[in-house]
Amino acid sequence: MAVDISSHPLIEFRTVTKVYGSGEAEVRALAGVDLLVERGAFVAIMGPSGSGKSTAMNIMGCLDVPSSGEYLFQGVPTRELDQDERALLRRHMLGFVFQGFNLLARTTAIENVALPLIYRGMPEDERRRRSLHALEQVGLADRAQHTPAKLSGGQQQRVAIARAIVTSPIVLLADEPTGNLDTSISREIMNIITRLNRDEGLTVIMVTHEEDIAAYARRVIRFVDGKIESDRQQEPAGVL
Amino acid sequence: MFSETLKLAAQAILRNPMRSSLTVLGIVIGVAAVIAMVTIGNGTTAKVTAELGKLGSNMLFVMPGQFGPGRASTQAKSFTSRDVSVVRNQIAGIRAVAPVAQSSATIIFGGESRSSSVVGTTADYLIVRSWQVVAGRGFLEAEERGSAVCMIGDTIKTELFGSTDALGQRIRVGKISCEVIGVLSKKGQSGMGTDQDDTVIVPLRAFQRRIAGNSDIGTIMVAARDGVSTTKVQGDLERLMRERRRITAGEDDDFSVNDMTQIAETMSGTTTILTGLLGAVAAVSLLVGGIGIMNIMLVSVTERTREIGIRLAIGALERQVLTQFLVEATVLALFGGIVGILLGLGLAYAVGVYLDVPFVTSPAIILVAFAFSALIGTGFGYFPARQAARLNPIEALRHE
Ligand SMILES: Nc1ncnc2c1ncn2[C@@H]1O[C@H](COP(=O)(O)OP(=O)(O)O)[C@@H](O)[C@H]1O
Ligand SMILES: [Mg+2]
Repeated sequence: MAVDISSHPLIEFRTVTKVYGSGEAEVRALAGVDLLVERGAFVAIMGPSGSGKSTAMNIMGCLDVPSSGEYLFQGVPTRELDQDERALLRRHMLGFVFQGFNLLARTTAIENVALPLIYRGMPEDERRRRSLHALEQVGLADRAQHTPAKLSGGQQQRVAIARAIVTSPIVLLADEPTGNLDTSISREIMNIITRLNRDEGLTVIMVTHEEDIAAYARRVIRFVDGKIESDRQQEPAGVL
Repeated sequence: MFSETLKLAAQAILRNPMRSSLTVLGIVIGVAAVIAMVTIGNGTTAKVTAELGKLGSNMLFVMPGQFGPGRASTQAKSFTSRDVSVVRNQIAGIRAVAPVAQSSATIIFGGESRSSSVVGTTADYLIVRSWQVVAGRGFLEAEERGSAVCMIGDTIKTELFGSTDALGQRIRVGKISCEVIGVLSKKGQSGMGTDQDDTVIVPLRAFQRRIAGNSDIGTIMVAARDGVSTTKVQGDLERLMRERRRITAGEDDDFSVNDMTQIAETMSGTTTILTGLLGAVAAVSLLVGGIGIMNIMLVSVTERTREIGIRLAIGALERQVLTQFLVEATVLALFGGIVGILLGLGLAYAVGVYLDVPFVTSPAIILVAFAFSALIGTGFGYFPARQAARLNPIEALRHE
C-alpha cells in the first residue's frame, strides 16, 4: 500500500451504496453517494431521519463497509482492508462520537478516555498524562475520577469527545453529538468541537438535524433518501 | 502487554461485583460439593476399614461358599461339630476355635421386647473375640450340651433390665426361655454400623435344637496364637477343609477362609459404592453450578456485547478483546476453583470431626472438580464474547 497520502483527498466516496436486508425487507440506506472531504474541513451532514446520514458516517468511520462502490481513505481503498486493518485505521486515524455517548459503565472518566491508548500498548503514565490533557481540552479535568452515572449528559458527551481525540486522530466523526442534550449544553459541546477544528486542525464531520448546530460548520451536506441533495459552503458562526 | 490484559480483566471483574461474585459462587458451589462429598466418602471408607481391622488381626473366619466382592454365596453345605473338633485337633498354632450359628430372634423380658441377634456358640467364642464377662460367668462344660442359659450384651442388659440385676432372671429368646448367667462388656458398633452389644449368646447345642432346628454351623472362627502367621494357619485350614469336603484337585473351593483384612477389603468395597454415590450427587451440584454460571453469562451478554462494540469502535483488535474476556473468565474460574477447594476441604474436615470420620483427601478428585468448573467458567465466559467480537462494531453497539 505505497500510496502518497498527501496528494489524495482525506475521504472519498465513489458511488457508495449500502443495502440492508434482502427481498421484501430490502432497504437502500445509501443509493450511490459521491463525496470528497478535504483535510481540515468542518462538515455538517443534515437530512430527515432515515436518509442515510448515520450509515454514511459509519462507513467513513470504518465501522461498516459499503455494499458497493468504493470508499477511499487518504487514497487507500478500504475494501482491501481486513477486519484488523480497519480496526488499526480506527485506532490511529479516526475518532468517533456517538449520540448515545457509549461510555463503559462503572468506569471512571479518565479510564474511559485512556481506553484507546491501552490498545496501542502505551505505558501507563503516558496514558494518564494524555488522557488528562484530553479531559482538560473538554474542560473536565476535575471530573476525571467520576463514573458516567455521576456525570450529566453534557459531561458524558465531553468525556466521549476526549476519548475520541486522545489518540490525536485526523478525523473526528460525530453522529448527532448534541442530539440528546439541551441547547446551552449543545453550544458548549459545539464550542469544543469548533476549537478542535480551528486550533488543532482536526477534520470534523458531524451529523445534526438542528440548523443552529449546523451553523458552526463551514460546509453543509443534505441527504435525502440515501442521496446527497445539496452540498454548499457557508460562513461559520463565530466561537466565543 | 499481557500484564496490561490481566489488569483490564481485573478491572472488568471488579467493576461488576454482582456478576463476578455470582459466577464465582457457581464455581465455588460445584467444586466445594464434589470435594466435600468425595472426601467424606473416602474418610468413611478409611474408618470402616480401620475399625474392621481393630476387631482382631489374628482372627480367621471359615465360611461355606465364596465370600467376596462380586461373588454370590453358593448353596454350599455348612459345617458340622465334627469339622470344628478336627480343626481344633489338627491345626497347629491356634489359640481357640469357636463354631458360630447365628440368627435373629425376639427377646422378651417383663413388658419389654426387642429384636436382637442370637449367637449359638461355645465358651471359646469369648476368647476368639476378646470379649469379657463383666457380671456372672461364661458357659460351663455341662451347659454346652444344651442348657437353656445365656449371656447378654450390654444393650440388652440396659434395654431390658435397666439398672436392676439381670443375673438369674429368665428371658425369652424366640421360642425358648433361658436363664441369664452372664453380662458381657460393651463392644460398641461394628465397622458396618451394627450394634454388637445387641446380642444374646446361647450354647450352640441349645441354638441348634431349639432355635434353628438343624445342626448347621455357619462360621468357624479361629484365633491364631500370638506370633503365629495367620497366612500359614489360613493355608492349613484351606487344605484341611478341602480334604474334609472332598474337593478334588482343580475343583474350586466351596468355602472360604478370610482374615479381618480381607473382610475389611470387601466391606470397603461397599463404602466405595457409597463414595461413588456421593460423587454422583456432587457431580449434579457441579452441573447445577455450571448452569448457574451459564445463566449469568447469558444474562450479561447484551451489556457485554455493547462493551465489545465500544472496544472495537475505538480500535481494539478482535483478538485483544477475546484475550481480555478469556483472561477474565479464567481468573474468575481459578479464583472460584481455589475458594471451592478450600471450602470443600473445610466442610469435609468439619463434618469429619462431627461424625468422627478421618480426613482423607484425594488429589484426583480435586483436580477433576477444578478442571471441570474451570472449563465451564471459561467456556461460558469466552464463547458469547467470541460471537460478539465477530460482529462489526456497529452491530455490536446496537445489540438489544
Ligand atoms: N442495521 C440495519 N438494518 C436494517 N436497516 C437499517 C440498519 N441500519 C439502518 N437501517 C435503515 O437504513 C436507513 C438509513 O438509516 P440511517 O443511516 O440510520 O438514517 P439516519 O441516520 O439518516 O436517520 C433507514 O431506513 C434505516 O431504517
Ligand atoms: Mg442516525
